[in-house]
Amino acid sequence: MTVPLLKVDNLRIALAGDGATYNAVENVSFEIGRGEAFGLVGESGCGKSITALAVMGLLRRPLSLGGGRIALDGEEIQDASPAEMRRLRGKRIAMIFQEPMTALNPLSPVGKQIAEMFVLHEGMGWNEAMDRAEEALRQVRVPSPERRIKDYPHQLSGGMRQRVMIAIALACGPDLLVADEPTTALDVTVQAEIIDLMAELCAAKGTAILMISHDLGLVANMCKRVAVMYAGRIVESQAAEAIFATPSHPYTRGLVDSLPRLGERSKRGRQRLREISGVVPSIAAYPAGCRFNPRCPSVTDVCREMVPEATPLPAEGLVRCHHHG
Amino acid sequence: MAEPLLSLDDLAVHFKIGNMLGGGIKTLKAVDGVTLDVKPGECLGLVGESGCGKSTLALAIMGLLPPTRGTIGVDGQEISGNKAPDRMKMARTVQMVFQDPYASLNPRQTVRRTLADPLRLHGVTDKAEVEARVADMMARVGLRPEQADRYPHEFSGGQRQRIGIARALILKPKLVLCDEPVSALDVSIRAQIINLLLELKDELGLSYIMISHDLGVVEHVSDRVAVMYLGRIVEQGGWQEIFENPRHPYTRALIAAIPDPFHRAAISAKAKARGEIASALNPPPGCHFHPRCPLKADICVSQDPVLAAVAEGHRAACHFRDRVS
Ligand SMILES: Nc1ncnc2c1ncn2[C@@H]1O[C@H](COP(=O)(O)OP(=O)(O)OP(=O)(O)O)[C@@H](O)[C@H]1O
Ligand SMILES: Nc1ncnc2c1ncn2[C@@H]1O[C@H](COP(=O)(O)OP(=O)(O)OP(=O)(O)O)[C@@H](O)[C@H]1O
Ligand SMILES: [Mg+2]
Ligand SMILES: [Mg+2]
Repeated sequence: MTVPLLKVDNLRIALAGDGATYNAVENVSFEIGRGEAFGLVGESGCGKSITALAVMGLLRRPLSLGGGRIALDGEEIQDASPAEMRRLRGKRIAMIFQEPMTALNPLSPVGKQIAEMFVLHEGMGWNEAMDRAEEALRQVRVPSPERRIKDYPHQLSGGMRQRVMIAIALACGPDLLVADEPTTALDVTVQAEIIDLMAELCAAKGTAILMISHDLGLVANMCKRVAVMYAGRIVESQAAEAIFATPSHPYTRGLVDSLPRLGERSKRGRQRLREISGVVPSIAAYPAGCRFNPRCPSVTDVCREMVPEATPLPAEGLVRCHHHG
Repeated sequence: MAEPLLSLDDLAVHFKIGNMLGGGIKTLKAVDGVTLDVKPGECLGLVGESGCGKSTLALAIMGLLPPTRGTIGVDGQEISGNKAPDRMKMARTVQMVFQDPYASLNPRQTVRRTLADPLRLHGVTDKAEVEARVADMMARVGLRPEQADRYPHEFSGGQRQRIGIARALILKPKLVLCDEPVSALDVSIRAQIINLLLELKDELGLSYIMISHDLGVVEHVSDRVAVMYLGRIVEQGGWQEIFENPRHPYTRALIAAIPDPFHRAAISAKAKARGEIASALNPPPGCHFHPRCPLKADICVSQDPVLAAVAEGHRAACHFRDRVS
């Protein structure tokens, strides 16, 4: 057995709030192989971003690691010191955020922010680092990089800023890139270009990707495997094609069926969209048993009482549903 | 041929940007010469990237922004310029559903007041009639009678959007402008709202302008589609024509950019747009799309293409409209 690049095992994230502590994420496990693109999807508030922050060692109060293991290349990092984590971040694991403006330093030219990575992590001198920064900007296809390195973040468009973020993240050739909704703030045609760019650069450098999004279509297009989260737990994980061909959890099925499929209307005329009844529960009111049970069309008593165990699916997939099979 | 319910002729909305003292007043042509019809009972999908002028167009039709040039006709009557009827009268014909159901409702008004006030303002004084119409409208959008005395914060996002739709429909308008009505909602409840809008369209014979960046939604609901780029309509036609036989390179890029989870088709590299969207403050000369266009030639820089017919009811503004296919 080869050791996966990232192994998250039974992750639990605690959220301290008015007198009680909630499990914002629990029982989350997944593995990402070297150079593999892995997708994590789910609705707003289900725990995607905090899972990413846990991997990066960036959980801050009121959030904290409640339990579980996170291993990078077989080495556990969940208890690593802040100094060790700082060394890992940027060098071996890097992250891109949804809103690049909040992640970039508004007071520093973008070229300097990229060069800083080489100085900090590779001990390079500033002159050489600035040359490398220009090269990095060229790689993310920023036009006239020799001029752009002197620009401040606010002088760039949203798409350009996200390219700069990618350049910073990939500067030191990390093993894993965590991308949290990297294109949600961008327009569709620009989004497509950024996703292509990310996939291309990561493939060229053998960088693995943990891609986080609420857009099942986007993730399935880019990733080999996909995990679907609902209310703090992974309910299903499968190969990307299989998620659409044979969604196994009622929530995933509901999501897949509720998307208007492009081209479908031409073929079959306009069909009423399948609805998922009810609403997403709030963290303080997660229901007992299967958390999808109040909205599930096939709910029975056992769903209200017992948390479903993982049932294996073909090709290393899994589903957590009492009524599977 | 039915008379159009809405007809826009060369409509322009420009904003003055900058201050007098600095001397640098610039004109931002948010909407620049839009000619467009909506027929009774029809749903027109309006798509285009962020900042291309979709919301500005809708606000002008609502009478909330004054046109810089051109005319707006509703039901055969010109509503722009000094012949404009007052807002009160307009409200009975045109209404709007906003993207953000949180921001667009008054937090201190119950559902009952939100729905009853417009009726009273428009002279429905009989208490029993007001009650009956409020109850009827709540039922139509799927809200329960006992929810009438609750405040917006007591509702979920999807329910709030139902209140927003009820408020838009209570005066029985003929045309409803929906500006991204589902994008702020959880993915799993979007289908509920789309189904509701389509049902109400059939039941009440409404016309819609549906603004959405989700092309799957637009294909699902629209009879015709108009595509905007930097303030201008670049293509319009029947939904099937637009989605299956797009003739403007920008429309082709938009469609090619959709992550299509069901087919995972290799997107034709030729259809993709490269580079960033230009600023509306500084649009490129000639065809605004030329810097990103794979078909760019000299004429595209020197001449504005006109929106001309490529087929029955299908028009595109591209110098190479007959070569794109
Ligand atoms: N700093 C914080 N303080 C309190 N609660 C938090 C904090 N950060 C996250 N949460 C809560 O933890 C849960 C998971 O949040 P998370 O940001 O991971 O969601 P997400 O899946 O990324 O959603 P989105 O798609 O909206 O980004 C949510 O209920 C959120 O309200
Ligand atoms: N009141 C205003 N004053 C000045 N500029 C404005 C004003 N309202 C809009 N604009 C500008 O007009 C252009 C069109 O904006 P608009 O909101 O109509 O775009 P949109 O197509 O609705 O975009 P989105 O998809 O992001 O909602 C943008 O460049 C915007 O910055
Ligand atoms: Mg998030
Ligand atoms: Mg808008």
